[in-house]
Amino acid sequence: MPRLLILAAALAMSATTAFAHDAKFSDPQIAHVAYTAGQIDVDAAKLALAKTGNAEVRAFAELMARDHAAVNDKALALVKRLNVKPEANGTSASLTKQAKQTEKRLKKLSGAAFDRAYVANEIAYHRTVNQALSGALIPSAHNSELKALLETGLALFTAHQTHAEHLAQTVK
Amino acid sequence: MPHLTRRAALLAVGGTMAALARTARAETRTHAVLIDKMKFGPMPSGVRVGDTIVWTNRDPVRHTATARDKSFDVDLPANAEGRGTLTKAGSFDVICRFHPGMTAKLAVAP
Repeated sequence: MPRLLILAAALAMSATTAFAHDAKFSDPQIAHVAYTAGQIDVDAAKLALAKTGNAEVRAFAELMARDHAAVNDKALALVKRLNVKPEANGTSASLTKQAKQTEKRLKKLSGAAFDRAYVANEIAYHRTVNQALSGALIPSAHNSELKALLETGLALFTAHQTHAEHLAQTVK
Repeated sequence: MPHLTRRAALLAVGGTMAALARTARAETRTHAVLIDKMKFGPMPSGVRVGDTIVWTNRDPVRHTATARDKSFDVDLPANAEGRGTLTKAGSFDVICRFHPGMTAKLAVAP
């Protein structure tokens, strides 16, 4: 368990650096970061669904895939309606780069070791995204509908983080 | 044909009256609960057996309004509403089956 916490903390710290360098975001950049962050978690869930044999981890991954895809669909519909074109930026690129490293690491694991690492990463990843939402993305958002969707996202992802923390108790 | 139409009309009127009588006898009410940003809004007071609750999900994700003891379970797709009639009195722990952090307490009088 301490090993898991250390791993989670290390992941959170390394992921936080993705948001450190530019705290101010335009709406097109926010849209790109938020969509990328959601897609990364959908992909992680798909990997978990392909690898896990644990019923609770499977249920959690199914929920992550469904919830994050639903929020991203809503975000896409919103940016289309607002005529905002999501703009790639350093933060979304660094999130993607980091996600690839995580995927590579998780792919090498199996069984309970995979479950533990996946859940630990989910805790750390949601924490990072939540910090980014509350500390940078929500305060930077100009459009009120985009801001409201990010706030709903923060409530949802905070619930996911708590859910993952409870799940970690059962997969240790 | 006119005969059939009259009969159909009489049946329809009869059916409506029966439905009205049922409603009047039961005196049931409809209550609203809003779900927004991963939270159940305030639970209505004065709820009685036979009443209906309309659950409105404003979140972009699917929820449920489920009694922990399974006495009701309403599926709530994203940005949609669902309704359920209460058949049992008691104090119910209401949860979302997907998001364990969402809880509320609903009191239903006989």
